Amino acid sequence: MGSHKILAFAFVVLMGVSVLAQGPKYGIGRTPTTEEIKAIDISIGPTGEELPPGKGSPKEGAQLYRTKGCAACHGAQAIEGPAPNLKSKDPKNPDVWARGRILPLRAPFATIVWDYINRGMPLNREGTLTADEVYSLTAYLLFINDVIPEDQALDQQSLPKVKMPIGDNYALVPADWKPGTRRLKGYPY
Amino acid sequence: MGSKRSVRREFLKSGAALAGGLTLGAAAPSLAGQQAAESHHAPPSWPMIKGDKESNLVAYGDRSKYVTSVRIAHPVGGRPSPDQFGLTFHIASPLQDSVGVITPSSLHYVATTRGAFMPDIDPKEHRLMIHGLVDRPLTFTMEDLKRLPSVTRLHFIECAGNRSSRSGKNVQQTHGMVSCAEWTGVLLSTLLKECGVKDSAKWFVAEGAEEVKGASSMPIAKAMDDCLVAYGMNGEAVRPQNGFPLRLMVPGFEGIFHTKYLRRIKVVDRYYINYNDFGHLDQDRDEAALGYQIGPKSVITFPSGEQRLPGKGFYEISGLAWSGGGAIKLVEVSTDGGKKWNKAEFKGTPQRMAFTRFGYQWNWDGNETEILSRCTDEIGQAQPTRAQIAKYWNKPYDQTFSVPGLDNSVQPWRIASDGSVTNGFA
Repeated sequence: MGSHKILAFAFVVLMGVSVLAQGPKYGIGRTPTTEEIKAIDISIGPTGEELPPGKGSPKEGAQLYRTKGCAACHGAQAIEGPAPNLKSKDPKNPDVWARGRILPLRAPFATIVWDYINRGMPLNREGTLTADEVYSLTAYLLFINDVIPEDQALDQQSLPKVKMPIGDNYALVPADWKPGTRRLKGYPY
Repeated sequence: MGSKRSVRREFLKSGAALAGGLTLGAAAPSLAGQQAAESHHAPPSWPMIKGDKESNLVAYGDRSKYVTSVRIAHPVGGRPSPDQFGLTFHIASPLQDSVGVITPSSLHYVATTRGAFMPDIDPKEHRLMIHGLVDRPLTFTMEDLKRLPSVTRLHFIECAGNRSSRSGKNVQQTHGMVSCAEWTGVLLSTLLKECGVKDSAKWFVAEGAEEVKGASSMPIAKAMDDCLVAYGMNGEAVRPQNGFPLRLMVPGFEGIFHTKYLRRIKVVDRYYINYNDFGHLDQDRDEAALGYQIGPKSVITFPSGEQRLPGKGFYEISGLAWSGGGAIKLVEVSTDGGKKWNKAEFKGTPQRMAFTRFGYQWNWDGNETEILSRCTDEIGQAQPTRAQIAKYWNKPYDQTFSVPGLDNSVQPWRIASDGSVTNGFA
């Protein structure tokens, strides 16, 4: 009986510890302010919830494409630069994958294009584009790939709603990854 | 001979002024050598490397000037590193000269997602923020991270582009985009538990502080399993080319996920497809899956391409094996072109997602042959030949065949009767 009581007591203590373990254990690190998080959070997901306010049209983007130096690396026609092509050389191919590895064409969400330009462009002046400029350049690249019409401006609300030509015809890395799993189910190698 | 003598005289002069047991102890073998120097069979008497400021005998040790193994731009004939602007792209490690399982930090392979400058980060100003689907977002300084419980683990990193081709002449060119180091830091799970991960969390995005803020999405299950926020590499701070001051280690996953200059972890509910993730989009589900976790892979580093065996007789064949699936369980070596496979010996205990050095004792009869190695990991994945992979996918095995996903196929080395070693794919 006595040992049972001790076990029961130990159980209660252990339960208490496990509840506590869900709180901070070490108390190390500082809580960032909402503003600090917002300032650094440049990860734009498919829903576009992190997009900043702003607006831009393909026409404005066409001008920025030249003045910001995009054309120098990607080519004035976006197909002839040393940097990756931004327009398909085979735009009418019914198989979107066969049109080439073109970011503003192959990306399943328009937010991906916005995120990419915003964090990685232009070369050596990354992070200097304003939100309006990123919306404009995104709109321009989507326009030259026939994703949106020339008169369609994009903003915080409309950008995530753009229907990309790839649709859901793409495969992602496995979402159900678990420790100790094979690269591919049933694959012996 | 004259120059040797003058060096000796110089040594004796300076030796007379020296004091202290250590210095004298170090000098003793050379003095003995000097006495016998006139004899034909005597060991040579070497010049001394003085402990002056130029020689780096004191502040930060140099290797011998006779050891000249260096990294090279990868692939051969591809984009140069550095290029005309000083950007670096891909740099391969000299595996042919490696011993043991640790790649010296100076020789660790390097890859950047596009040609890049290295950020010159002041660690005092560097922060890691964890936010998103957590109960308590937190920002850590480097000092904060070093207060937390640490782990030290051996882990390899391999680039997705580490693919042997017919044009690769040596193992640095065919396999040099992989390395293994000892990494020290805090488990990402320790930090995430401190923040409290919400039930809706499925993925996380890791982001670097370099110019493009390179980011990758990974399953939260990996974060809670064995990801490591590393500040240490091979007993010192992580090198700038490898992510100073902080690098995310994602053991066994493709190299690009091992986010350098780590500044932010965002816990999210879906696949975010930020920057680096775009390259992982695939039309085919199987190919997408095979471009994620590194398969079981091994390669013989001695004898390997462009090396030469001086003649028939005994050689210990030596090589490296690794897998993203866990620890290496078995390595086999064939010295007859793959007809017979023999169990190789482990040099040390295989560890999870780390290089395992193997050896196989071999008496070469002097005849032309082909040597190969293959491995199996602890979850039963086996390293295939390219012919086996082609057969699995019902494709003809010819020059046009390309291994789907990451290439973990068996590397053949051809040994000619004159002892020269060449790429078996050539």
